[in-house]
Amino acid sequence: MRYAMVIDTLKCVGCSDCVVACQTENDVPIGYCRDWITETVDGTYPNVVLELKSERCNHCATAPCVRCCPTGASHIVEGGIVLVTADECIGCGACIESCPYDARYQHPDGYVDKCTFCHHRLKKGQLPACVSVCPTKCMYFGDLDNPNSEVSMLLKNRKHKTLAPEAGTNPHVFYLI
Amino acid sequence: MTTSRRKFIKISALGLGGAFASTSAFSLFGNNSYLSEKTAQNIAKNLKKTATYCEVCFWKCAAWAYSDENNTIKKIIGNDNDPHCYGRLCPRGTGGVGMYADEDRLKTPLIRTTIDGEETFREASWDEALDLIASKFKNIKEKYGAESFALLKHGSPGKHLEHLFKAYGSDTIAEPAYAQCRGAREAGFNLTFGSWIGSPEPTDIRDTKCLVLIGSHIGENMHNSQVQEMSDAIDNKATIITVDPRLSTAASKSKYWLAIKPATDIALMLAWMNVIIKEEIYDKAYVEKYTTGFEELKKHVANFTPEWAYGITTIQPAEIRKTAREMAHAAPAVIIHPGRHVSWYGDDTQRARAMAILNGLLGSWGRRGGFYFKEKISVPKYPHPKYPHPKWDWSDIGEKFPLAQMGITTEVIKCAIPSKDNKYPVKALMVAGTNITKSIPNKKLLEKAMNELEFMVVLDTMPMDVTGYADVVLPECTYLERYDGIRSATNREPSIAVRVPAVKPKYDSKPGWWVAKQIGDRIGLSDYFRYSDYKEVIEWQLQKMGTSLDEMKKIGVKNFPRTSRPLYLEENEDYEFPTESGKIELYSKELENLGFDPMPVYTKHPEPPQGFYRLNYGRAPMHTFSRTANNPNLNDLKSENNLWVNPKVARIIGLKKGQSVWLKNQDGVTSTFSIKVRVTERIRWDSVYMVHGFGHDNKKLTRAFGKGINDTQMITKTMDDPIMGGTGMRGNFVTILTENPYKKQAI
Repeated sequence: MRYAMVIDTLKCVGCSDCVVACQTENDVPIGYCRDWITETVDGTYPNVVLELKSERCNHCATAPCVRCCPTGASHIVEGGIVLVTADECIGCGACIESCPYDARYQHPDGYVDKCTFCHHRLKKGQLPACVSVCPTKCMYFGDLDNPNSEVSMLLKNRKHKTLAPEAGTNPHVFYLI
Repeated sequence: MTTSRRKFIKISALGLGGAFASTSAFSLFGNNSYLSEKTAQNIAKNLKKTATYCEVCFWKCAAWAYSDENNTIKKIIGNDNDPHCYGRLCPRGTGGVGMYADEDRLKTPLIRTTIDGEETFREASWDEALDLIASKFKNIKEKYGAESFALLKHGSPGKHLEHLFKAYGSDTIAEPAYAQCRGAREAGFNLTFGSWIGSPEPTDIRDTKCLVLIGSHIGENMHNSQVQEMSDAIDNKATIITVDPRLSTAASKSKYWLAIKPATDIALMLAWMNVIIKEEIYDKAYVEKYTTGFEELKKHVANFTPEWAYGITTIQPAEIRKTAREMAHAAPAVIIHPGRHVSWYGDDTQRARAMAILNGLLGSWGRRGGFYFKEKISVPKYPHPKYPHPKWDWSDIGEKFPLAQMGITTEVIKCAIPSKDNKYPVKALMVAGTNITKSIPNKKLLEKAMNELEFMVVLDTMPMDVTGYADVVLPECTYLERYDGIRSATNREPSIAVRVPAVKPKYDSKPGWWVAKQIGDRIGLSDYFRYSDYKEVIEWQLQKMGTSLDEMKKIGVKNFPRTSRPLYLEENEDYEFPTESGKIELYSKELENLGFDPMPVYTKHPEPPQGFYRLNYGRAPMHTFSRTANNPNLNDLKSENNLWVNPKVARIIGLKKGQSVWLKNQDGVTSTFSIKVRVTERIRWDSVYMVHGFGHDNKKLTRAFGKGINDTQMITKTMDDPIMGGTGMRGNFVTILTENPYKKQAI
């Protein structure tokens, strides 16, 4: 089992529904977020290209945050999901510094927080909140170890990229381009 | 209470609200984010699920509101069976929790009073406020007739008050949704096909092969099912053609982005017609069978070549030809989208006509992938006595606009200004669910009109700017806290949805239906409100429709089979269009008889003088009008608007990214607040752009106050559509001030 998220940038309109759905699902305090939208504009008017995409923790197989965590609070569970055990987190912030995706933030209660791929929902057989709400259906979620899963098929058939490949983190969030 | 010299009061003062402890919900799951998963599961089990439909915008998606035992809305999720949302709400629907939780909400009725020479509001009981309103209803009727009490409204609360007003004898009713928004397209398509577009639009986007968006920015406007279907169309490799001076989100998804010079759309469309007719790539059988006036049209557009249009639109002739052929190639599975907010230049009905004619030539009306025949189920009318017949109404007020199909807000407002020629004096006004100070341009005129009123009452959930002009402010509870009318809208298949209160109303807020009934009971109209709870009305209606409130509470949405006719035209079907000729009117005799151009012509519109830029405005996907700017969840996503400027412009003026600037328009109006610059290649050098709905004046909107510029404040020049009375708002030019224009006054 290797969970992955595939996001189709050709469909994403950058509406931020994923952000607010995550906030209400996971009680992320106002002013913080576990996922966010980025916009890249290239070219000169009128030859301009715009890319919108939803970003979050990449649940890296080679996760610098896990490696640098002094207490073991950051860890990888079944399916390759990177989680933080808040009780064990001392809020030192090393993981925040180490993350090439800037995916972690310090929760006002002191611990470090980030996307969990909605681990609690997966256990109930539900998709992550962001995936299930997206009005453009541009987000896909599934098991990369299953060659017939939607995510595997999309990565097989469509041109795609990952973010900051030079960091060598083996991320599990992919972008169709 | 004072009624003269209506000064804007920033709702505050006199012990309003008190300190209401805002409960911090986010530590609900405890401190441990990992263990909290288990807690979350446990808590999730206890969440109550209530059927509702969203009121954050007009799309009215059916949803489930999840609330906990503390009477708090935790989340809102779309209803899977709803054709408006297919189980996926947009950010505003998901963020509806913030509309409920907003601690700045109106909390109690307020009455204008004067203390130490200062006008202010004081808290009042519902009884006192309603008694006062009822006395004004009686008073206005005696003095001037019921017609002089006008209603400006939007959304669900508006429906209940409309009933009250009609029972009272006034049909002086209007909503900005018509003349300041989609009215022109309704008129234009009605003239051509004999049918309104309506809402949701009957555009068959999911099955289209070619979607043409002319200034319509689906994806930034989150008209939910349309956004979803556009995404399906992208999956299906449909061609998208976007005509927009700005690289909108939709433009960025398009095979063709025609970066048109603003205000020249009609020229482009005439050239498209020219190509389609000249190259004989129109749907000949369809045009022959279903349309009238083709020969006249052919003659009319013969000279409007792409080369002619190039000089006007700046779109290369080759591009115009290529895109025309793409459309024809996809036909009839092609949609020239009618857009929604189309009150732009005063010739908007003609602009909509041009879109409609193109659809007629390409045979897309009544065809798969074009426009389907919409259908809705009618909700039985709850019995009440007949409405009295008013001596005059909205249609008399708008009489100089012969094809106005609804009340024209701006004309109703003008009637509040006394003059010898004013045959229809408006003396009192109720505003429900619409922030007219942000939706209606020309604030000076609006303020003058409001100043002349003898009485003004506003019903809203939030202390919107308009509340500051009222004599009485009534706090409405949000859609999550009330029963409401059954939602029945046109779609592929008819469906209904119910709204059931998920939680009790917060503070001392009340539902719109209750307010209407309370006023009705007080002015002798109890016969029109024969129920104690609106629940009884929908229970009665649902039973007549073969279902029940109990069933609807469980399913939220009920879909019904079509009964009117098939979704599309059958091959060679004999079909009579509901126009006067029974055909699609490429040439409009109706317009001709009224003295208007029977076919669209291009009119040159004023261009910005040197140093000025055309002010364009639009939507952000996470906000609705000016209504959501203070919503804690949505404000968190976007708390202010930005001024988009092309890098060339930034270089000339010396603007930097993030720099605060003020705007001054062609009439010398300076923006109250500043706006941060966004330097981007996504916009032309001759215009600037901002998202509508920011720059709030009322300090009681603690998050939204003073954030960004209110585009409507900069719109002082309007161009009326002579056909249906639309308010053209895109002809305003602004210059950019880098120095704070209020600095001197501060010294």
